[in-house]
Amino acid sequence: MADPMDDATAAAMVDGNALAGMLASVFGEDVTMTPGRCAHCQTVSMVGELRAYVRGPGRVLRCPACGEVVLRVVETSDSVYVDVRGASYLRFSRR
Amino acid sequence: MVSAIAWRLGTVTDITDETTTVRSFRLDVPGWPGHRAGQHLDLRLTAEDGYSVERSYSIASAADGSSVDITVERIPDGEVSAFLHDTVVVGDRLELRGPIGGYFVWEPANGGPLLLVGGGSGVVPLMAMLRDRMRQASTVATRLLSSSRHLEDIIYREELDRLANAGDGLEVIHTLTRSQPVGWTGYARRIDDRMLAEVADPLGSSLRAYICGPTALVETAANALSRLGLPPDRIRTERFGPTGT
Repeated sequence: MADPMDDATAAAMVDGNALAGMLASVFGEDVTMTPGRCAHCQTVSMVGELRAYVRGPGRVLRCPACGEVVLRVVETSDSVYVDVRGASYLRFSRR
Repeated sequence: MVSAIAWRLGTVTDITDETTTVRSFRLDVPGWPGHRAGQHLDLRLTAEDGYSVERSYSIASAADGSSVDITVERIPDGEVSAFLHDTVVVGDRLELRGPIGGYFVWEPANGGPLLLVGGGSGVVPLMAMLRDRMRQASTVATRLLSSSRHLEDIIYREELDRLANAGDGLEVIHTLTRSQPVGWTGYARRIDDRMLAEVADPLGSSLRAYICGPTALVETAANALSRLGLPPDRIRTERFGPTGT
């Protein structure tokens, strides 16, 4: 893993699904089945498969393969910041 | 857009105690677009001063018009679960959005054989799958391995017994990790590799697995199934965190 985590932090991990509602409000559609590529190890995972750490002030979604951060989400009173540096892409289907 | 994303108001039409700490709420949600088993919804509570808090809950019921059931465990210090357990009564209105999530979803058309593994309230989305399986008269070979602490903590125990006795290819296997009643013949330990191997074996090597529960249990079960040779794309997981959210 890129960042050492204590047991409590590791146990607080949930699936990307946990952020599905909030991410849907940002992207305008459910992204749990949306594939994204980890910029660190190039593994492609669906957003719902990412490991979500949701107990801190921001939410962090990590790659299930290498543990690096793929997406970071911070909500303020009037905005949602989505840091996508850790993803080399997110692939949305045309409709 | 239509959608799953809009906040709606649902009215509580029924409240059922499942165990001493787990309660089900039936909501009537006008405009509910229907859902698939395994999806969840977000509940939002807003205080008079504008403070609001959201939680995600698995849907427990099969699709049924505008009616949606959630089953909620009362979490110590849980802002939302405590409110739902202690304050909400039939007739109250709750703000919600959904259905959400396409990842942890199973429908009879997806086929099987199906291995469902649930820890504590992790059985809730799996119950939606079993209820949908029954509603659609599916006979997909299915085994549910449910882990609970004590006999009285088993959520949906009577309904699971009924479903398992229907003779349509469902088997329900319980493990009780903390205490067992006299004469208990089921498993009496935490889920481990050997237990999963025994439970999965009759389903053959082409099974699909859905695992839901506390993170540690999900990790254990998913890793065990990987070691048994199940490919990652046939293992779907939903982690609750330490004890649930």
